[in-house]
Amino acid sequence: MKQEQSSNLLEQEINTQLNIYIMKKVFKSIFATSAIIALFASCGGPSGSNKGALSGNAAEKVYVAPGEHDSHYAFISGGFSGQLSVYGLPSGRLFRVIPVFSQDPEKGYGYNEETKPMLMTSHGFIPWGDSHHPDISQTEGTLDGRWVFINENNTPRIARISLKTFETEEIIEIPNSAGNHSSSYVTENSEYVVAGTRFAIPFPQRDMPINEMKGNFKGALSFLSIDQETGHMDIAWQIKMPGFDYDKCHPGRGASSDWFFFTTYNTEESHTLMEVNASQNDKDFIAAINWKKIEEYVANGGGTKTPAKYAHNNWDDDTHTATTTWENEVLVVDPTEIPGAFYFLPTAKSPHGCDVDPTGEYIVGSGKLAAAMTIHSFSKMIKAIENKSFDGDAYGIPIIQFEAVNYGMLTQPGLGPLHTEFDSRGNAYTTFFISSEVVKWNIKDLKIIDRHPVYYSVGHLMIPGGNSRTPDDKYMVAMNKITKDRYLPTGPEVCQSAQLFDISGEKMELLLDFPTIGEPHYAAGIAADKIEANTTKIYRLADNKHPYAVKSEAETKVVRKGNEVHIYMSMIRSHFSPDNIEGVKVGDKVFFHVTNLEQDYDVPHGISMIGANTSELLIMPGRTSTFTWNPKQVGVWPFYCTDFCSALHQEMQGYVRVSPKGSSVPITYTLDDEVPGTEEEF
Amino acid sequence: MKVKHLFLGAILTIGAVSCSENETNNDESTSSSVKTETREQHGQSGVAAVEGEEANVLQVAMSMDDFATLVVAVKAAGVEDALVNTGPLTVFAPLNTAFDKLPEGTVDDLLKPENKSTLALILVNHVAPSNYPIKQLKKEAKKGRKLYMASGEYLEVENKDGKIFVGGTEILQSVKVSNGWIHVIDDVLVPAEK
Repeated sequence: MKQEQSSNLLEQEINTQLNIYIMKKVFKSIFATSAIIALFASCGGPSGSNKGALSGNAAEKVYVAPGEHDSHYAFISGGFSGQLSVYGLPSGRLFRVIPVFSQDPEKGYGYNEETKPMLMTSHGFIPWGDSHHPDISQTEGTLDGRWVFINENNTPRIARISLKTFETEEIIEIPNSAGNHSSSYVTENSEYVVAGTRFAIPFPQRDMPINEMKGNFKGALSFLSIDQETGHMDIAWQIKMPGFDYDKCHPGRGASSDWFFFTTYNTEESHTLMEVNASQNDKDFIAAINWKKIEEYVANGGGTKTPAKYAHNNWDDDTHTATTTWENEVLVVDPTEIPGAFYFLPTAKSPHGCDVDPTGEYIVGSGKLAAAMTIHSFSKMIKAIENKSFDGDAYGIPIIQFEAVNYGMLTQPGLGPLHTEFDSRGNAYTTFFISSEVVKWNIKDLKIIDRHPVYYSVGHLMIPGGNSRTPDDKYMVAMNKITKDRYLPTGPEVCQSAQLFDISGEKMELLLDFPTIGEPHYAAGIAADKIEANTTKIYRLADNKHPYAVKSEAETKVVRKGNEVHIYMSMIRSHFSPDNIEGVKVGDKVFFHVTNLEQDYDVPHGISMIGANTSELLIMPGRTSTFTWNPKQVGVWPFYCTDFCSALHQEMQGYVRVSPKGSSVPITYTLDDEVPGTEEEF
Repeated sequence: MKVKHLFLGAILTIGAVSCSENETNNDESTSSSVKTETREQHGQSGVAAVEGEEANVLQVAMSMDDFATLVVAVKAAGVEDALVNTGPLTVFAPLNTAFDKLPEGTVDDLLKPENKSTLALILVNHVAPSNYPIKQLKKEAKKGRKLYMASGEYLEVENKDGKIFVGGTEILQSVKVSNGWIHVIDDVLVPAEK
């Protein structure tokens, strides 16, 4: 390691304080300037400004009249809720919470038998995860609206969500990884989705002393291939990187599209009190990785197949059922074995965000603790590699000389830079956590154009397509961790928020605040017309291949298998079939396999059984769902429809008779006092 | 006072922002006045059909020439949204020839705006708010259960040698629709005078 080390902690502290002081001064003067400009603007124009007053009407810009549709979808991560929420822009209206890594009673996800396998991992069934960074699939560097990927940070996983059904279709666990944070970003043609470990760990895991971390822990960066037809993911290879923390990543695009860039921190390889010990080095790295070269290396038989147990969960829309497949190995790649594919770019102080502009030339590293942001040049990087302008190596990976790769620094941009997105006009927008602001700056001349406060402590920001080759320039959403006094208070726990800006002009204009579910960690936005027309409206009953599906009331029945009772039930406006069931006994395990026979858009039915662990299964037209019930008390127990499905919803109910253990009451099932399917036909 | 000041401040800020906006974004500033409701509001009958979805009562009625008079009447009475509602509904749908059986001038009279509520009452006298497939109607006949219609009337169900009669008229044909059933009849079921 040839990193300069700031030996004096005190000196660092003084520097930080100084920065804050400087920033405060800058703020003051900027504030004063903008106030003066505002006065001029409002009083200056002799022609008056009636039009101007209207164009500046934020309410008008976010008003979506009743019955109108929003122009954009925003998929906003639910953070610690483990979910992904779907909002409309510019209205900020919440349409749906897509359950991904957590159980969701509203959808039955993780509760019904069919979806439980989605939450299976090598650590067992995990009902609650931590979702982070959604990213929409791309074709030629442009969002294509096929799938959205999102990572689980805690128990490392990547999920794929269909943008036809808005349901989670696949979750794959990432072995040898911990704190799956530099995820889940896709390459320009969705060849791969990437999952980088935040925490270095023993690779493979083993029992060893923590303080022997240095040099012994490793960081896994996983590339998951994506099947272009089905979207199915597979871990193509895992790179065994030095044991740093890999924080964020982004693919290159255009000329740099063969490359992927990862920020690192804790290049000190410290294992304790990281807030101090991981902040010693003046510079950490952005790792530049040529994935095309690795692809070639692997295609030629490179890499080592290594045992690893991980769950691969797939949802099948035909059987309406998820299954867990246990995978037992990964292909591990040693970076020192592929010359020309791995380089380290020195980057100021513990960089968090790693963002690449739409042209693919500029790589922005946001040093959380740095006074200036680092902007590297891809073309300079290529030259430096050609000229071997290296400054030693780290664990065999060449470190490119800082001056040889650096395009420039954005000095005193704000405090605590985190993330950057881009418009199509050569501007970058960076969030600053500590100074609670978004700063717009020109990438080429490294000049700050505008800064706007956010309320408060912004994390990510999102411009639809703003991390692709073709940003959509109208809106920007800033996502805030803290809201304090921004909304009606709701006790100690208040909502986190999103703030919508109009970025079509020179200045950013704040249009709207709206609360979010959980932590709005990151988001992906896309024009509605790329998704709207392709969405699924109903599941075709004819295509339903669920093993317990019924296609008509005549097929409904109840079957006993030992102490298991399987109810093949149907639902249609406005009754269940069968709706009277007898012969169930205390101690039985009763499976309700319920098919919604409707073939009509937006006519779901629900079902609840007294004493069952699920309150409600909401079942969409044409779909089959299963819940289990363990009757514990003798009696006649009702079940009912839980969704106001029709005018006779309140009549949609039935009874199950539960007899004592050992009773000789036989299984019977009826609808209107007849066995379904045996009525006299007309 | 404090509130007033704040408000004033807000207005000034908006003014200021809009002016600078005006300089940089002419497209936006030339846009028309504040829009309130730009979309013509429609009821459920205006919702576009979805591929793969079953047709509802109204869609089926409108697709068949035999129900032309009925459809005209439904529109004149303004009850089309009810016929696409989730229901469930059982509709006894009179053919054009059923309307022809009424005394001359009756239909024209009913279509007049001043008779809208009378027409609506007659039409909903053909609608039972539940699912009654033929096999269910047979059961109703057997058990002597009457049909409660949306008009508040009760209609008798009879099984004459396997032919089902409702309110005295025979069911000629039955169609399953997404939100219930259509039974074709050749009489208009005029509610009893009250």
